[in-house]
Amino acid sequence: MEKGFSPVGLRVLVVDDDPTWLKILEKMLKKCSYEVTTCGLAREALRLLRERKDGFDIVISDVNMPDMDGFKLLEHVGLELDLPVIMMSVDGETSRVMKGVQHGACDYLLKPIRMKELKIIWQHVLRKKLQEVRDIEGCCYDVGADWFTQAQFLGGGEDVSFGKKRKDFDFEKKLFQDESDQSSSSKKARVVWSYELHQKFVNAVNQIGCDHKAGPKKILDLMNIPWLTRENVASHLQKYRLYLSRLEKGKEIKCYSGGVKNMDSPPKDAEINSGHQSPGKSSSYAFLKATETDPKQLAPASVSDPTSGVHMPPKAKKTRIGYDPPNSSGVFDSLLPWNDVPDPLESKPPILYENSFLQQQPLPSQSSYVANSAPSLMQEEMKPSYVNEDEFLMPQDKNSTVILQDMDLSAPFSSNATSNTDSIPGSLNWELPEAHHSGSLDTDLDFTWLHGEHFFANSGLQNFQFQDYTSSTSLLSEPPPHLWYGNDRLPDPDEYTLMVDQGLFIS
Amino acid sequence: MQRQVALIKQSLFDQGYLDEQFVELEELQDDANPNFVEEVATLYFKDSARLISNIEQALERGSFDFNRLDNYMHQFKGSSTSIGASKVKTECTMFREYCRVGNAEGCLRTFKQLKKEHATLRKKLEQYFQLARQAGPKETARRPK
Repeated sequence: MEKGFSPVGLRVLVVDDDPTWLKILEKMLKKCSYEVTTCGLAREALRLLRERKDGFDIVISDVNMPDMDGFKLLEHVGLELDLPVIMMSVDGETSRVMKGVQHGACDYLLKPIRMKELKIIWQHVLRKKLQEVRDIEGCCYDVGADWFTQAQFLGGGEDVSFGKKRKDFDFEKKLFQDESDQSSSSKKARVVWSYELHQKFVNAVNQIGCDHKAGPKKILDLMNIPWLTRENVASHLQKYRLYLSRLEKGKEIKCYSGGVKNMDSPPKDAEINSGHQSPGKSSSYAFLKATETDPKQLAPASVSDPTSGVHMPPKAKKTRIGYDPPNSSGVFDSLLPWNDVPDPLESKPPILYENSFLQQQPLPSQSSYVANSAPSLMQEEMKPSYVNEDEFLMPQDKNSTVILQDMDLSAPFSSNATSNTDSIPGSLNWELPEAHHSGSLDTDLDFTWLHGEHFFANSGLQNFQFQDYTSSTSLLSEPPPHLWYGNDRLPDPDEYTLMVDQGLFIS
Repeated sequence: MQRQVALIKQSLFDQGYLDEQFVELEELQDDANPNFVEEVATLYFKDSARLISNIEQALERGSFDFNRLDNYMHQFKGSSTSIGASKVKTECTMFREYCRVGNAEGCLRTFKQLKKEHATLRKKLEQYFQLARQAGPKETARRPK
């Protein structure tokens, strides 16, 4: 599938403070027919790499360098550039090698390095390319396509909200198509969520209801499909929730019971978290790449400490339901504990909550506040996954105020009118003032994946995260809403009020 | 003459001054870099002299910062592996071991030995390269037995 990948001409950057080794490696690599650039300083190497973003295929670096620790360089390269990095050292101590692996090195070579070792480094480049393509094309396309097709087939134009949805469908479909066009044509065997399968899924979810834990396992059991795995369900569930969150933004009234009630059951999310964490990395990773959103964040979760993953959602949930704080700062505070371990899943549920809050706002004043803070919340939640506390703290306050000014959401949330719903997606599609870098979350998350538990507080990442999240929601394929409607239990108005009162967004 | 050169080289291997790495370097030598091995060796001795002087200064200070000394030696060892300086490498390892246990006396002793080996190798290689240049185009590398 790699159209003519060839080791010849591989662009290698060698970084070593030892001039003798630099000379030897250069000669060796040249003999391998690679295109070699040498560098005696780590900082210089980083500069070179940043300058020529696509100028290198692989980096080989010594571990011990005077101006910068080799592992730090490794982190930077992996994080910013998503290039495979090979570490070198005369020291083959297990702990060092382990450190290299943990920091994301794709190989660790011991000096003296032999030609034969360098001859095959191209495999790391190829492997990485294959992984990328595999993930991008995998889930997203397969899962999305069917939903789209079904939705368009089944959906009419009568239902106002669905009509609006149609627009979104087209938009999303286009996105999907673009993506699939860009990716390679070869496909891996994946679970294709046909309409029937999805219906079974939805039925199972609704059967379980929000009062219980609608975890992947339960859903799987209820669906009773022998060949389906829990991982399949888990990832589909995640997408489904994202879809729901979009739905809720669009139709304030419609509150997906699953989403709302989910707030009440932190353990359920814990279960989901662990469900996501335990399955093979491949499944989570696939999601990551596929949807460019939460699923991506999911991958880190699967590598990261499961317990912390379990902890996070409950905290978030509590906040959401309004156990504690009456004000926005409380909301944000509740998010703070999340910072240590990135847990993508935790950002997922909160979004659902926000949506339910959003749609429930009866009071204009409150609604505007909610609307404004919700996106900021979402943004914030996205951030903690990758940012340490300090960084997280700062943007929060900024965000809330900025959003208040910029977001024009108060109107839409007071009614269910078509025009409002129309405007919502627009605004929600989120040209939020602060964070927009057109970074590729793909690569960033790739790094996180690569680096396993290492989530480097990189301010750039925050923005990437958020942006991709927003775009990701639009990427979600949406089953015909009317099909879901039948299964949904709309909360009573009283419930809404209750939630609102207890809600976080009480100003 | 070439036979003489070959013999000298063989003895370097036999006596453990050089190891496999040296052969690897010779195999890298080609028309594009006909004096590659000599260039590398020159580079090594220049750089290692600097490292030795660093270590010397650190030792003379008498404070025996073993961490720092170990770092220096780590560098030096890495460098010495580049040309296959076998005996020098052995001394490096020993030095680092003394650093690890905090044996200052051992460090000093080993360092002295290390400098000796380093100087010996330098001389021998200089001889070798000189002869080799005189003898004409270098013969193909021969693996040490």
